[in-house]
Amino acid sequence: MPNAVPLSWYLALSAVLFTLGVAGFLFRRNIITMFMSIELMLNAVNLTFVAFSYRLKQIDGQVFTFFVMVVAAAEAAVGLAIILIVFKNRATLQVDDLRTMKD
Amino acid sequence: MHHTSFYVLPGMQHLWLIPALPLLGFLINGLLGRRLPKAVIHSIAVGTVALAFVWVLKTVIALQPLATPHVERYFDWIRVGDLRIGVDLAADRLTAVMLLVVTGVGLLIHIYSIGYMAHEGGYYRFFAYLNLFMFFMLTLVLAANYLLMFVGWEGVGLCSYLLIGFWFPKKSATNAANKAFIVNRIGDFGFTLALFLLYLNFKSLDFGTVFSGLAGWHTDTGMGTLTIIGLLLLVGATGKSAQLPLYVWLPDAMEGPTPVSALIHAATMVTAGVYMIARSAPLFLKAPIAMDWVAGIGLATAFFAATIGMVQTDIKRVFAYSTVSQLGYMFLGVGTGAFGAGIFHLVTHAFFKALLFLGAGSVIHALSGEQDMRRMGGLWKKTPVTFGVMLAATVAIAGIPPFSGFWSKDEILVNAWQRSPVLFWIGVLTAAMTSFYVFRALFLVFFGTYRGEAHAHESPPVMTVPLALLAVLSLGGGLFQVSKWLAPMFPEHAPPDSPLLLAASISAAFGGALVAFALYWWRPGLADVFARRLKWLYVAALNKYKVDEIYGATVVRPLVGTSREVLWRGIDVEVIDGLVNGVGRRAVGIGSLLRLAQSGYIRSYAAWVLLGAVSLLIALGLLGGVR
Amino acid sequence: MDPILFLLFAAIAVVCGITVVVQTHPITSALALIGVMGSLAVLYLLLGAQFIAAAQVIVYAGAIMVLFIFVIMLLNAGRERKTRGSFLARLIGPPLLVLLLGVVTFVILAVVPRDAVVKFGSYTGGTVENLGRAIFTTYLWPFEITSVLVLIAIVGAVALAYKELD
Repeated sequence: MPNAVPLSWYLALSAVLFTLGVAGFLFRRNIITMFMSIELMLNAVNLTFVAFSYRLKQIDGQVFTFFVMVVAAAEAAVGLAIILIVFKNRATLQVDDLRTMKD
Repeated sequence: MHHTSFYVLPGMQHLWLIPALPLLGFLINGLLGRRLPKAVIHSIAVGTVALAFVWVLKTVIALQPLATPHVERYFDWIRVGDLRIGVDLAADRLTAVMLLVVTGVGLLIHIYSIGYMAHEGGYYRFFAYLNLFMFFMLTLVLAANYLLMFVGWEGVGLCSYLLIGFWFPKKSATNAANKAFIVNRIGDFGFTLALFLLYLNFKSLDFGTVFSGLAGWHTDTGMGTLTIIGLLLLVGATGKSAQLPLYVWLPDAMEGPTPVSALIHAATMVTAGVYMIARSAPLFLKAPIAMDWVAGIGLATAFFAATIGMVQTDIKRVFAYSTVSQLGYMFLGVGTGAFGAGIFHLVTHAFFKALLFLGAGSVIHALSGEQDMRRMGGLWKKTPVTFGVMLAATVAIAGIPPFSGFWSKDEILVNAWQRSPVLFWIGVLTAAMTSFYVFRALFLVFFGTYRGEAHAHESPPVMTVPLALLAVLSLGGGLFQVSKWLAPMFPEHAPPDSPLLLAASISAAFGGALVAFALYWWRPGLADVFARRLKWLYVAALNKYKVDEIYGATVVRPLVGTSREVLWRGIDVEVIDGLVNGVGRRAVGIGSLLRLAQSGYIRSYAAWVLLGAVSLLIALGLLGGVR
Repeated sequence: MDPILFLLFAAIAVVCGITVVVQTHPITSALALIGVMGSLAVLYLLLGAQFIAAAQVIVYAGAIMVLFIFVIMLLNAGRERKTRGSFLARLIGPPLLVLLLGVVTFVILAVVPRDAVVKFGSYTGGTVENLGRAIFTTYLWPFEITSVLVLIAIVGAVALAYKELD
């Protein structure tokens, strides 16, 4: 077996993880789980960035990954704070129950 | 010498002042009159007309001998393509005659109105409308092009509406006003079509341009363009001058105050049609079929209206039908080529008809509102001045020589004989009827025993003095050789001096008077005997041959019904409202549909985002040329 | 050696990913997500990004996910209830997902050349030093902004979730 993995496999893995993240966001009802799907999506993107950083032999891809991580952290903090408030007001984590639109 | 080219004389006469003065009176009285005392109101109204009259005199004298028309062009009103309509006023001999009649008789009637309307409400409104009418009538007469004349034409129709419906709380008055305006409008439609044809063929509506352009046209032998224009103008004239078939508004117009009937429906507005035809003489002379129609309609109307007038019981109605009949004579005059004679009769008619109406007004005023002649009688003792002037008017209109009516009517009849003897004999018969009905009115009102209940009193001088002046004019009006003066414009074929014709005319006048004398003074019961013997004829005439009812059934009701059912319910409510409301409903519908996208579910929003993203991805991928 | 490692950890990542999505209990999903992140860290190492791999484990798995688990436990989130959700998502979701995956895979396979391979040790530029240099020179501006962003996030989180002591 050759000691090398085709780059396209990494990218394909990233695509699969991203799709899984989107599926999770579309089909799950718990807010926190939907948030985690978003994190999954971000991770998939990170993988793509790093893969291309390797391919282009430049550090810039990893720099992007770095920033993505930082932003993800900030976003998670604020988002979870919001979820706490929502839970305090509505006592539910079911995203479908958070709807106040008139029919 | 006919109309040659119009040009401006070096001496500017400021013709615009003549209509502008009454307009000023209208503005002051109309806008401020509510707060002005009666004395101020009528002073302004009468004063402006008096000044206009003075200016007319000054202009006519200054422009002597008035051989060619004097045109004053002020400014351009319309300039579209090759059409130029200017605010131009012109004065020639015909205009001068009309101006003197309108301002002179108008002035006398204004003065009379001071007394007649003294106890009426809306004093300022009356005089404002009267002044406005003068403005429009003067514009009509002074106009140097057809469109400006039409402005005056429409304007007098408007004032007629306003004044007939002066006592607007009365339903019959407003109905009459509507009727007058609407019937006029029908005639105006004909006039408008004539204007279109004139423009199409002459590229201008200016009198000078049109008439000099006529020089290149041959006289029509059949239904040529000129004949059609002439017939359309005739339609307009029948509306305004109350001829068959559009005369029906005039009798109802008696709902208005009597000075209005005198001024508008006797002396001035109704003569506009005659004036218009006389002004268009060059055109009519080249369209003999149209001229024949003018004469024919005039004669038929004269005869027809006279028969109705013979049996009416309301004094104003008698005179209203008399006006229709006399206008028919004028049409007969201009239709047989005797334009000067027709205008001459217009002038004399203005004198004695205004007098008849104002006198009737004096009688009505004396009897505190009574208009039915069956409840009058023996008034010659109680209202002697009124009796005197009415006698003067009666002999004038009957055509008894040597008074004014005889001269003008005889001239028309003689010219009619030249065209066709049939016209002459029917005209003579009508003259006899005319004499009969006016003398009948005279006998019923002033002779015999008084059959009413009111306390009769003579009218104040402010009313009787104008009446006296008009009486003098009615008697001596024959001295105004109007047709001779107009001869340079309208060459008259010298009629044959036939003693036979003269005798026929005079005997008709006396004959009618004698019959009236017999039936209403000598043997009063005889009239009823005749009425019973000729029952169906009498009743038909009394009911005006049911013309109004016929019109109502054939024209008015179908039209109103169509308007209500088809145009209103069908088109307006269903189609137009439906369309507009439908658009609104559609918008709401689409809105409700689009609203469904805003479901409130986060996951559906996510689905939409995903849809967008995938579409974008595919687009980018394919556009980017990924193979 | 590389392919085996890759396949192993890729498989772990996918299985954990599926678990995140399919599982009903949030805690299980969170733990599965940590699993994904861990395997991804190994893959980063294979790609020569040491610092990123370390940061992934320390920051992502170690801080962010712990935060998630704190919140889950604080809110005592239980198993998910089935609720009547969006009809649209259920209708067009699956086809769109398939489409998404298909298009992206197609693009990858079409664009990336056959001979692009990943060999461990081929790229040694993923050092802290290189990363630091890049951040503090070329990407200084984004770096400063990002630090402000983090500050905002902290303040926001505290402001939102702060409860007055009675």
